[in-house]
This record gives sequence, C-alpha cells and structure tokens, in this order.
Amino acid sequence: MLKQCEGSHAVAEAVALCRPEVICAYPISPQTHIVEGLGEMVKDETLADCEFINVESEFAAMSVAIGSSATGARTYTATASQGLLFMAEAVFNASGLGLPIVMTVANRAIGAPINIWNDHSDSLSMRDCGWLQLFAETNQEALDLHIQAFKLAEEISLPVMVCMDGFILTHAYERVDMPMQAQVDAFLPAYEPRQVLDPAEPVSIGAMVGPEAFMEVRYLAHARQVQALERIPQLAAEFKEIFGRDSGGLIRPYRCEDADTIVIAMGSVLGTLKDTVDEMREAGHKIGVLGIISFRPFPLVAVAAALKDCKRFVVLEKSLAVGIGGIVATNVRMAVTSMGLKGYTVIAGLGGRAITMKSLTAMLDKAGRDELDLVTFLDLDWKAVNKQIEREKTHRKTGPVAEALLRDAGIVGARNY
Amino acid sequence: MSFQPVKFYQTGTFTVGNRLLAPEERSVQASGKRFNSINSGHRACQGCGEALGARYAIDAAMEATQGQLIAANATGCLEVFSTPYPETSWQIPWIHSLFGNTAAVATGIAAALKIKQKKNPRAQEIRVVAQGGDGGTTDIGFGCLSGMFERNDDVLYICYDNGGYMNTGVQRSSATPPAARTATTMAVGPEPGNAFGQGKFLPAIAMAHEIPYVATATVADLRDLEAKVRRAMEIRGARYIHILVPCPLGWGTYSNETIKMARLAKETGIFPVFEAEHGEIKSALAIRRQLPVEDYLKPQKRYAHLFGKQPNVAVIAKLQALADRNIRKYKLLEGV
Repeated sequence: MLKQCEGSHAVAEAVALCRPEVICAYPISPQTHIVEGLGEMVKDETLADCEFINVESEFAAMSVAIGSSATGARTYTATASQGLLFMAEAVFNASGLGLPIVMTVANRAIGAPINIWNDHSDSLSMRDCGWLQLFAETNQEALDLHIQAFKLAEEISLPVMVCMDGFILTHAYERVDMPMQAQVDAFLPAYEPRQVLDPAEPVSIGAMVGPEAFMEVRYLAHARQVQALERIPQLAAEFKEIFGRDSGGLIRPYRCEDADTIVIAMGSVLGTLKDTVDEMREAGHKIGVLGIISFRPFPLVAVAAALKDCKRFVVLEKSLAVGIGGIVATNVRMAVTSMGLKGYTVIAGLGGRAITMKSLTAMLDKAGRDELDLVTFLDLDWKAVNKQIEREKTHRKTGPVAEALLRDAGIVGARNY
Repeated sequence: MSFQPVKFYQTGTFTVGNRLLAPEERSVQASGKRFNSINSGHRACQGCGEALGARYAIDAAMEATQGQLIAANATGCLEVFSTPYPETSWQIPWIHSLFGNTAAVATGIAAALKIKQKKNPRAQEIRVVAQGGDGGTTDIGFGCLSGMFERNDDVLYICYDNGGYMNTGVQRSSATPPAARTATTMAVGPEPGNAFGQGKFLPAIAMAHEIPYVATATVADLRDLEAKVRRAMEIRGARYIHILVPCPLGWGTYSNETIKMARLAKETGIFPVFEAEHGEIKSALAIRRQLPVEDYLKPQKRYAHLFGKQPNVAVIAKLQALADRNIRKYKLLEGV
C-alpha cells in the first residue's frame, strides 16, 4: 500500500508487521520517532502480543533485549549516536551470545562536541562488535531491510543492525510502499531459537570460556557472518518474489559498466551521488557509483568484482578514523589488494554537514584527473582550521576548540553550504 | 521421605530442629526432593556464605514456583565459581550476560515470559529471579536495578552482600562497611580502612522505590531466608532480598565461622534483618541477646587494625553508634 510518511514511522510500521514480541527502548540519546510509533501501536493494541518496555538507559535497552531474546521472544530496539556507545558492552554481549536481536541505528554523529546530526560514526564505531550492519539508501529500503533483517538474524542466530541516516531518512517524509501483513507472514517464519531459557530443558547461557575454546568461539562468529554473505543476496531475491521490488543485497552498482572512476558510499548520500554521476556522465565523464548495503559482513569479493574494470575508486564516507583517515575506505582497500587501483578517501558530511552536488562534482572531477589528495575532507573550512592551529601555536589557554571555531565563524548555528 | 514425629528438643541453640516441625514447615533443604538448583562440585571457597545463601534462596524459589524458574546472574563470585564451561552447577535455566545489567536482563526474561504466557495461557507459568553480589548490585548494576524497581517488573532480585569485590581480590564496594580493610581501602594512614560517611544501604533505597516487597536476611537464619523467598514469590512486581553472606577470604575469618559471623552481624545490630512492603517496614527479626560490636569485629582480619596493642576505641565506638542507630531505627531489640 502506497503512503506518504516519515521514515521513522515507516520503520515502526514495518517492525510491527514483523510481529515483535518484546520492544524495549530508551528513546533519547538521541531520539527518533520509531519507538514512539511502536509504543503507540502496543498501547492501542494494534500490535497485540507485544511487550513495550520503557527502560532507563540504552545499556538497559540492550540488556532487556538480551534477556527476552534468550527467552525465545522476537526482540527489537532502536538507538543512535551516544546511545549506541552507551550500550556498547551489551551490544558485544548480544552477538557473543548469538541472540538474533534486530536494532535500528538512526545514524548520527558522536561527541564531543555534542552534535545530533547525521553521520556514520556511531555504527561504524561498532563495526567489530559482531553484529551484521545493513545500510539503507532510502526510507523504502529502510523498511524493507527490517523485514529481511529479522529473517536473516533468526536464521543465522546473530543480531542485525539496520542503519539509516538520522534526520535525512528518519525525519524525511517520503512515499513508501508499505507491505501487507500477509506478505510479511509469508516471508518471515516464526522465530525458532537455537538456544532458549526453558525450565523444561535447562541450559546455562553465557558462562566463562577460557583460552581452550575462546578462539574457536570467535572464529565461528566470523564464519557465521561470512555465511551471511551468501544468504543476504538470496534473501533479497526471496524478498523480491513476494514484495516485487529490489531491496537489500550486498552491494548496488549504478552505471559502473565501462566506468573509469567508481565512487563508493553507504546510505542516503547514494541518491545525491547518482544525480551527480548522471550529470557528469552527460558531460562525458566515465563514472559510476557503488553502494555498499552490507557493511558487516563486508562483501570483499563482490566489491572486488564491481571494481575490476575501473581505473580508480573514491570512497566517500561519513565517518573518520582519527589518525588514519577512512573506515569504509580501509575495508574497500582490503577488497582490492593487488588490483593496482588508485584509491581516494573522501571524508564528508560529518555532524550533518551537507554534501552538495556542486562539491561532489568538483571533487570527482579532480579525482578523474588523479589530482585528489589520498585523504580529502570535503568542504573543510581551511581558513578556520588554520587560524585555530596558528592560535594554538602562540597561546596556551585557547579554551574549547569548538567555541573558538564558531566565534571565528561569527555565527552560531548550522552553516549553509 | 516418610515423616517420623520425634520428641526431641534442642537446647543451647536458637535453631529449630527440622524434626520438630510438620513436613510442610520443614526447610526445603530437609527434603530428599530438594532441587539442588546449584549443585555440588562448584568452585566456591570453603565456608562461602554466598554459595550457602544462593543454595537456600534459589531452592526455596524453585519450590515456590514448582520448578518453573529462570535465573539471571551478574558477573561475580557466584557466576565464576558455578559455571566455567563445560561445567555448570546450575540445574535450572540460567543466563549470565554482564556485570552491570542483570536486573535488565531479568526484565527482558519476564517480558518474554509474559508474552509467551499470553499466547499460551494453559502453559505452566514461569517466573524470574536475578542475582548478583553487592558490587554488581549496589555499584555497577545500580542503574538497571533502579529501573527494574521503578517499572515494578515482575522480578525477584537477590543481592548476596559480602561487603566487597571478593572475586577480584577484595576491593571496596559501596557496600563495604566503614573501617573495613580492603585492597583499595588499606589499613594504613591516619584513618585506616574504609571511610566513615560513605556507602549505601541498598534495602533502604529499594524501599524508597515503594516496590511491593523488600527484605534482608543472613545465612545465620536460613529458615527466615527461605520464608522470605517464599513470601517474595507470592507477590507480583519488583521484589528485593538482600542477604548478608560472610566471605572468609575477604573478611579474614575461619571458614567454619561463616554462620557465626552472620549471626554476630545480626545480634550486634550491625546488619538489621527486616521485611518491608510498599516502602514500609512490616517486621524485624529481634536481637535475642545483644552483643557489643567488638564481638563481631574482633574475629575479622579486615578489622585487625582496630585491635592492635592499643584498641582504637574511638573507631570502635563509631561502629557501635552505627549499630545502635540500626537498633533504634529498625526496633531490633523489641522486634516488630
């Protein structure tokens, strides 16, 4: 059914269609409307047979999810930004215990300085936590990925994060095709746990494992993610059969055939990139876009295959590995080892900085001439940065960096690029 | 097991012999059908108060639920000594997640059980108990515990309080009593041992949440402990039982004196044993024969610095004042 709605509400409805049994949420840090929507559906009983628990922190949210999932309930929660970091210990624990929890991460920046806007720092900081991470490009894909995520998580007994850009997707009203309950029921079977807390068959879950077997347990976690590399495209195909549209999969190439330059990205910025590439193609540039949907497991083989005929790649990412550069770029480089490709890392859109077609065109044009720096910060205000560096050389007590930069800028508030 | 009425009265002890009681009033542990929820063969130290407390508490909860019980366990002594894979002492479904989240994990279990019950009302009902040491309860797990209390989730949380982080080498927790020596409150300097005016008494904080049931107990009064667990399982919502469990390792006491130390804690007023419902005290276990705090302090090496060549009478008097305050506050001489 076609409808116009906010991204958060679309996800809330899609999650409800998956018949979750326990939803727990700490709504703030920062907040999206996803759990509000679900809370309302549980309260007015349109989502029957579901417990909705308002917990006191994100750490408790994931802990409640661990308890309910281990008791055999289909469990969901949502978080973002600081909240994801606050629950970090439990996030690792959930995957270590092999509990198929599904969680939306409405991607946002990590402080300090505190900032509520979109980038991918939060979920990418959790890249090694053992969860699968699927990145949605649109609101339609976000809701579709949730339906696929429950099936995937429960099949392989690992938790899945569905990552969608905070604000850009979560707060955007778009047209979505909301599936029918019968379709979701046909796609998603009832949850059959591999392990469950049950007095009829008592087990101890989560006991200590020493050096004798710890490596093997960890290896199996890795092996299960690698298995998912096979399963994710199959699930996308099964999804298409029932729902009639392409959603999910490992990667999504756009106009990559005959491309000399391929720009790689995740999430909603792929839309802007596709428009940019269309324009540049018209101007004669041989350029394409490669969207990565599955960041964990990382599709090394698929990425290498997609890049095999190009001359260079540019990874445009909304995250920064401080002290080295890119996070996604590092993963892509792993995929193209010994392929002899030129690779560029472009850090963009941190803390909600707008990524415009104008800036992308200029940057990609430079990349096409191999004049781009290996690591580039898109639209960085060098004047402001250099002024602060100079100030720090001459003064000891320079105060909070963020305040100094904003004072120099002369305005307080988001800057319009 | 058959019941033989035997006319036999114990003297010189406060213990009521099981044989004097009707079968339904006997200790759960007196029955051959006891659950052995935490089975023998675990790695607890000799004389471990926590192992004893857990055995009585969980078996009593099992009896109260006809064996339909799931336990969540915080990281700590109890978790470590009972379960290194592939061995486990637990004969009941049991989960360990983290140090600080046990109350929340139990909330999740309760939520899942509630939905399962709703979907299948004819299935036998299953209940939840969460357990942790004082560190996992009063310090790192306090946020999740308070949340569970505040939401009045259907969980019985049991804290085994031995007054410190014993598993990791006896460090101070917020339940470590004043003047006690730990690895992080050494018996050195002008004010040796743990500071006065710090720490928290969690049962009082639990009561402030006005949850349906709060009780304290010690391993000296195991029948009282069992009765409190039974009472707790009759009630729905958040319930809290705080059990004082002496630790021979951390307290520096003989392993055959665990129960004696627990009894001294109660008889001196150092540890008040009471029950509260919805934030109000309903009963307190009376002190039978009041003893000075020295009797409790002296056998413990963690207080040895108070009893050198010159006993530190000022500090002992401060500890006596704390015990006296408990006695007044909880009416421990008269009982309630």
